Amino acid sequence: MSGQTSSEYISHHLTNLHAGEGFWSFHLDTMSVSLVLGFILFGAMWLAARKATSGVPGGLQNFVEMVVEMVDTQVKDTFHGQSKLIAPLALTIFVWIFGMNAMDVLPVDLLPLVLHWFGVDHFKIVPSTDLNATFAMSLSVFFLIYFYSLKVKGLGGFTHEILCAPFGKWMFPVNILFRIVEDIAKPISLALRLFGNMYAGEMVFILIGLLPWYLQWTLGAPWAIFHLLIITLQAFVFMMLTVVYLSMAHESH
Amino acid sequence: MNINATLLGQAITFAILIWFTMKFVWPPLTAAMDERAKKIADGLAAGERAKHDLELAAKRSAEVIREAKEKAAEIIASGDKRAAEIIEAAKSQAKVEADRMIAGAQAEIEQEVFRAKEQLRGQVSAIALAGAAKILGREVDARAHNDLLDKLVAEI
Repeated sequence: MSGQTSSEYISHHLTNLHAGEGFWSFHLDTMSVSLVLGFILFGAMWLAARKATSGVPGGLQNFVEMVVEMVDTQVKDTFHGQSKLIAPLALTIFVWIFGMNAMDVLPVDLLPLVLHWFGVDHFKIVPSTDLNATFAMSLSVFFLIYFYSLKVKGLGGFTHEILCAPFGKWMFPVNILFRIVEDIAKPISLALRLFGNMYAGEMVFILIGLLPWYLQWTLGAPWAIFHLLIITLQAFVFMMLTVVYLSMAHESH
Repeated sequence: MNINATLLGQAITFAILIWFTMKFVWPPLTAAMDERAKKIADGLAAGERAKHDLELAAKRSAEVIREAKEKAAEIIASGDKRAAEIIEAAKSQAKVEADRMIAGAQAEIEQEVFRAKEQLRGQVSAIALAGAAKILGREVDARAHNDLLDKLVAEI
């Protein structure tokens, strides 16, 4: 933070590396980090899956199986239909979000500093502190909710549900209103919950970064430890809500 | 909060990752896990079966041992009986043999005694003759006094 005021330091850390103008601009940091994480995490899972044995599993397979089993248990507890998509989707969400969130525990100045040497000015290392990343997932999930609602219930059944749930057909204006609110709330709450938690966590790390170096550990260590919980929890919450929404889409009211 | 085309890029990445997981990660792992679960269940069932078999075998072996003991006792009893019989037979045979031998020995003794007596008689008659010859101071004609000698021998 040499040569910067506190507010400059903070806003520097909260600016994305972007290319392009207006809507057609891209946050290169968000996209590259999430892509690299995708390659590493899903590559590792693929390695484990490719050599998967029903005998005694090795270390990597064991670890991946642990995650898979956790996700599988949660999905089976919540979702009672037949779907080839939901469990892998839940696993993807959990692993990817966990990876993106975990970038939060890297020292806030480390990557920006290294990249600064290579002439890159701004770099937000945590993709889930970017609304684009969280909304990309929540809107994809929202799309899947509608896709499965229509697929399972048919157009008629789905229209009937919109008009008649939860208060019966004579209250259809209220039902429609409720439905609109519910369906707007779903993707927004999903995206903003994750974004808010991670953004706030990152913000605290940046503020801790303002302390003199010899004092940073006093707040940094407890917050990092606490943040490990938030990282996992938020990944888990996003996954669970996705599963719940999709199972609601499969069941008729 | 600037929403921009990053969202589309992220959504595409997301979709690819979901497809990848669905295709290459989830099925092999769950297949392996299900198979392992089945293996473990089979193993447990086999263990249970083996335990049952072991119990049966233990029961059977106990029975076999009991039977063997009974048979052994039977054999010992019949052996004892047979031994007693053999001893009995040997005893009676020995007794018969002993009696026979005693009888033989007695007969022999009697014969010996008889022979000794005969010899003695002959010698006595010779001695008597010699004595008589001495007394008479002359040769006794054994032939002339043969009947006298015979009478003497018969008396002895």
